[in-house]
Amino acid sequence: MVQYNFKKITVVPNGKDFIDIILSRTQRQTPTVVHKGYAISRLRQFYMRKVKYTQQNFHEKLSTIIEEFPRLDDIHPFYGDLLHVSYNKDHYKLALGQINTARNLISKIAKDYVRMLKYGDSLYRCKSLKVAALGRMCTVIKRIGPSLAYLEQIRQHMARLPSIDPNTRTILICGYPNVGKSSFINKITRADVEVQPYAFTTKSLFVGHTDYKYLRYQVIDTPGILDRPFEDRNIIEMCSITALAHLRAAVLFFLDISGSCGYSIAQQAALFHSIKSLFMNKPLIIVCNKIDLLPLDGISEEEKKLVAEMKAEAMKTVLGLEGEPSDDEGVLLTMSTLTEDGVIAVKNAACERLLNQRVELKMKSKKINDCLNRFHVAMPKPRDQKERPPCIPPAVLEARAKQAAEKEKRTLERDLENDNGGAGVYSASLKKHYILANDEWKEDIMPEILDGHNVYDFIDPDILLKLEELEQEEGLRQEEEDDDFEMDGKELTPEEQEALAEIRKKKSLLIQQHRIKKSTAESRSTVPRKFDKDRKFTSERMGRHLSSLGLDPTSAINRARSRSRGRKRERSSDRGDNDGDVMDMDVDQPNKKLRMRSRSLSMSRSRSRSRPPGEVVPGEGFKDSAQKVKALKIAKKSVKKRNKDARRGEADRVIPNLKPKHLFSGKRSSGKTDRR
Amino acid sequence: MRLEKCWFCSSTIYPGHGIQFVRNDAKIFRFCRSKCHKNFKMKRNPRKVKWTKAYRRLRGKDMTQDSTFDFERKRNRPERYDRNLAENTLKAIKKIDKVRVDREARHHALRMNGKKVKDQREAIDELQHSIHMVKAPTALLLDPSLTLPKIKVKVSQTQAQENHPMEEIYINVSI
Repeated sequence: MVQYNFKKITVVPNGKDFIDIILSRTQRQTPTVVHKGYAISRLRQFYMRKVKYTQQNFHEKLSTIIEEFPRLDDIHPFYGDLLHVSYNKDHYKLALGQINTARNLISKIAKDYVRMLKYGDSLYRCKSLKVAALGRMCTVIKRIGPSLAYLEQIRQHMARLPSIDPNTRTILICGYPNVGKSSFINKITRADVEVQPYAFTTKSLFVGHTDYKYLRYQVIDTPGILDRPFEDRNIIEMCSITALAHLRAAVLFFLDISGSCGYSIAQQAALFHSIKSLFMNKPLIIVCNKIDLLPLDGISEEEKKLVAEMKAEAMKTVLGLEGEPSDDEGVLLTMSTLTEDGVIAVKNAACERLLNQRVELKMKSKKINDCLNRFHVAMPKPRDQKERPPCIPPAVLEARAKQAAEKEKRTLERDLENDNGGAGVYSASLKKHYILANDEWKEDIMPEILDGHNVYDFIDPDILLKLEELEQEEGLRQEEEDDDFEMDGKELTPEEQEALAEIRKKKSLLIQQHRIKKSTAESRSTVPRKFDKDRKFTSERMGRHLSSLGLDPTSAINRARSRSRGRKRERSSDRGDNDGDVMDMDVDQPNKKLRMRSRSLSMSRSRSRSRPPGEVVPGEGFKDSAQKVKALKIAKKSVKKRNKDARRGEADRVIPNLKPKHLFSGKRSSGKTDRR
Repeated sequence: MRLEKCWFCSSTIYPGHGIQFVRNDAKIFRFCRSKCHKNFKMKRNPRKVKWTKAYRRLRGKDMTQDSTFDFERKRNRPERYDRNLAENTLKAIKKIDKVRVDREARHHALRMNGKKVKDQREAIDELQHSIHMVKAPTALLLDPSLTLPKIKVKVSQTQAQENHPMEEIYINVSI
């Protein structure tokens, strides 16, 4: 229904608000952060997005406005005219046209500026382009501000229009102002229209609903019409004229007999005659109101004549199916809304007339078929008492009987289960109904897995053939194979193999040792072989190695042994030397001692001896013992500090605890702790 | 009941073993054990992992194309049961297996073809080059064969003091 859309039109914001909404949305929904260091394509994209987004939003909103406002040509002419009457059709179209052009302008602006942005070469330029684009779009919107305000006004008015269905049963009430139209509608419907002694209390159309014969009728109350030429009529009157013109309704023309509305019957009759063209094809009833003040018979002759004229006119509109004369009553009625005398009669008469007219029209129209279901089929009256039952052929009866019998005879699986011991005991054979080539195979169990293969993957009707081929292939290949054999090259003798094995063992040993040495080299200090702690490097060992290589080790061992002296040998050689130097003994006592000692010491290299602290050994490089003592002192001094710090040597810089707690925590009783 | 193949190592997955992983695009990955599963989670390519069948087939270490593989194919349409067909199939499976194993062995033998000769040659070279590690050059001069030297071992020292003639025994001792 078109009427409902009027309430659902979205609010049209005014120019400033519109701009605010769109710009703030752009600011929120598009990325906001950009730096001038970004790649130029990224900058361009950033600003293009903003421009496009703004344009899209404007486009969307303006499109909704344009689409939601009804096009006056598309809606029911009643509404079209009503809207035209209330706000000029041309103005309305112009406003919407302006919105449309604004939309196109904005699209064009956006397109142009996006095109320009594609060639923007710096952040500043892109930004200025974007600012310019948005600025221009906003100016466009500012210019159409008045149109937007106008449309907002229209929208608000349209939302308040009464929801009149132009196609349903309608009763229209018209007449001069103050004749009692609104009071009437208040009486017959639940509408609560304002009733006041001044004219033009009702300024627009009001709708009420009433029921008659289980059908709902719309009752429309119009503002009063004055007798004026058409061009002079104001908007309010035009409303009622429009309603009269377009709605297919029963018309109740109200007449105030008493004249308390301020207008005489003559004036009202004149009005009637001037708008009687609008009553064409509508069931017309002339209602004389306020008879409590002045009964119908109490009017003067002239006025009676006028009323009779009106009645005559009204008679013309009566659709005569069964002739007119009996409807004398239905055309001119009297009532009083104050005393409620005759109100219901009027309503009934109006509804009846309208209903009849509509039914007639429907009967004549093509839509009669849709209404046929509301008609009933009349059964013919029986003319005699003979029984005439329906005739069913015997074949059909037999078939029916057979079906019934079958249903009873068939044994269900459930029955079978129950017979054989119930649910837990009996397990149904699911393979009972299998369709196989040989029925003996029904209960066969087929293996699914064999030797790590899925048997189902091998099933093939031609498997035997293929197997045959395969075996043939194999046979052929076997024959070819037997010809091949390996050429044996030169083989190694067992002794040579032993030697090779020995070589390989030695090589792997070397590699292993090297690897051990390599991995521990950093943490292990390299001790030269002469300080051999484990006594590994003995002459026996050397002898064993040499003999394993095939050499005779005895001479090597002897030589090694001669170089290293034992205690015994040293002493005997000393005694021998002493006998030769008897004369020098007393004088060179200290020297001799020294000489003896030194010789013995130099001869026995592998024995260490303890000496007195300041004694100068010739190979050390000291001038005399004093110098040596001083040197020793200096050495000790340099070592002392490191030992006290528990350092392993000069290069030991290890700090076991970088932030010892006792140095970095704690408050001072007085003073600052900014130095730690 | 179906035996599946592990996606990673291509070994058969027996019922009750392994894990299946279903990806969001509905592809199913089956793994025979957590080793394969963990390798998959590490995004390792089975074609690069040495011990998988995929690697071996790719590098030609195992047989790739053979007519025996055509017998085993996943059939989506079920066949009507036929006892004779079932019997024949079961027998055929065994024979096909035998043929396949033979062919694989042949493939392996072909692959290992020139190895023996090469090894022998290398052994001779090594012996020649490195004989000095077990035999001193002077010993080599005396006895030019590429074998371990014979070692003279003195039986005991006390015997020497008794003025017996020393018995020198020539033994090849490997230490």
